[in-house]
Amino acid sequence: MILEGTVWVFGDNIDTDAIIAARYLSTIVPEELAEHLMEDIWPEFPRLIKPGDLIVAGSNFGCGSSREHAPLAIKGAGISCVVARSFARIFYRNAINIGLPILECEEGLDTLRSGMDRLQVDLGQGLVTNVQNGDIYHSAPFPPFMQELIERGGLVAYVKAKFGVKY
Amino acid sequence: MNKDHLQKHGSTMVEKILAAKAGQARVSPGDLVMIKVDLALGNDVTAPVAIREFERIGFKRVYNPDLIVLVPDHFTPNKDIASAEQVQIVRRFAEQHGIKHFYDVGRMGIEHALLPEKGLVWPGAVIIGADSHTCTYGALGAFATGVGSTDLAAAMAIGETWFKVPGTTRFEYHGFLPPWVSGKDLILYTIGKIGVEGARYQAMEFAGPVIDKLGIDGRMTMANMAIEAGAKCGYIQPDQITFDYLKDRVTRPYYPVYSDQDAVYAKTISYVVSDLEPQIAFPPSPDNVFPVSEAQNIVLDQVVIGSCTNGRIDDLRVAAAILKGKKVHPKTRLLVIPATQEIYGTALEEGLLKIFVDAEAAVSTPTCGPCLGGHMGILAKGEVALSTTNRNFVGRMGHPESEVYLCSPAVAAASAVAGRIVHPEEVI
Ligand code: SF4
Repeated sequence: MILEGTVWVFGDNIDTDAIIAARYLSTIVPEELAEHLMEDIWPEFPRLIKPGDLIVAGSNFGCGSSREHAPLAIKGAGISCVVARSFARIFYRNAINIGLPILECEEGLDTLRSGMDRLQVDLGQGLVTNVQNGDIYHSAPFPPFMQELIERGGLVAYVKAKFGVKY
Repeated sequence: MNKDHLQKHGSTMVEKILAAKAGQARVSPGDLVMIKVDLALGNDVTAPVAIREFERIGFKRVYNPDLIVLVPDHFTPNKDIASAEQVQIVRRFAEQHGIKHFYDVGRMGIEHALLPEKGLVWPGAVIIGADSHTCTYGALGAFATGVGSTDLAAAMAIGETWFKVPGTTRFEYHGFLPPWVSGKDLILYTIGKIGVEGARYQAMEFAGPVIDKLGIDGRMTMANMAIEAGAKCGYIQPDQITFDYLKDRVTRPYYPVYSDQDAVYAKTISYVVSDLEPQIAFPPSPDNVFPVSEAQNIVLDQVVIGSCTNGRIDDLRVAAAILKGKKVHPKTRLLVIPATQEIYGTALEEGLLKIFVDAEAAVSTPTCGPCLGGHMGILAKGEVALSTTNRNFVGRMGHPESEVYLCSPAVAAASAVAGRIVHPEEVI
């Protein structure tokens, strides 16, 4: 699975309240949540992004509560992938389970400019390419079952497709 | 489990368990693996959500009813109609799918005290639970971690789940434990040192001469709070103390797994604890930790002894030893909550409950109750509590302007008598 898009850059410790504020948790419709994505820290953000864009962040992205709404809001906004130095553990699980590709990458993220630079991400190979200068950074690749899980749109869809018929 | 996998070198206990279950020679931190789980746990808060997801997937049957454990413990005996209806969903699901590990009022306990007691946890097992303190079972040499309700639904349906292999940090405790200092003090001290993000994503391996002598209840207290340092799991490698506990409880065959001599750790941190004082976590975070000597003049409205952290028999024995022949301070309320029905029965037989009642404590049937501010001892605005539980966030036990301090059962019992936070020696 290869993804490419414009990057939007965030710092360290972006918590789930910043991603989607608690006052919007009354819905679980991804597109409705997406209208308020990052609203409290970057009010115009939902109107800047285009489907396929990527979020780039520092360490501990998604810390705070275990709300599944956070990755749902990101996915609903059409963000194709989040590349961060590290993720909070429950956010990581939730993102994979709802079918939002995310990748940990230690290097090369510091120089990226919001709304200008582009990244290409190869989930199967674990490669992150800076489209401007061609620099390639390495991350742990996704094993085939995880790629399938993400391609199918998450854990529920994966389980259903893979095992549903048998029961 | 194939024994061949256990011979490989350079791996920690958790890496070896995950490699064996994935059918791989070895795994490394960061690897993603899909593996079969030995047990999937839900409670009255998380199981109803998982059941709804399970039904949404369209499954008619669970993968294997014997792998599922359902324990309504948070709002039981049910505090209101809503909580009664949540438990009803769980009870019906258990009946419908022939789930025998469903524990109702009178037979239950707080999940993380109950499962080990029922022989549902063994060395080398992989256990997921839709509850963050599932990490408790690492105390018996299992790999156990908290997951979401969607994960639980999928595991109930297919008996498998995915994991990212954590790196391991080894914590060594040297010297000896001073009197009145317990597993709770060791883990509070550790969280105070490394912070609530200090072990994020990691497995915490607890080891060293102090751990080798620590009883099983103290070990469970330590593994229980690994999550409070952000860890994925906490564990202690099985030894004679573990096997003695498992005898007569676990009847199935199991193969204990140990870290290799040359295991690769993310970090090793050593503490000498011979001079350690009892530790207190001040509000509003479990890493806001100070020795008891620095907790001066903190007057208490309520003291709680219980929870999946410290509601086990050793905890009640220590508390009773201090409370025997004494009375709780007239301006303080003491709640004692044995964590399971079996612990309740043992405390009854040993005369511990009589000691608590004579000391003017309220003794409750097993429940999470006040630990999460659910019921059974909610705090009013401005009230201060001292508790043997694991979290002291804002409003955890009631009003947002109430405060919770965390400590060991010994400090809790002594402080209930004094009416303020004290070292147990002050009232003995
Ligand atoms: S006792 Fe407290 S921490 Fe433990 S399972 Fe119950 S609510 Fe959670």
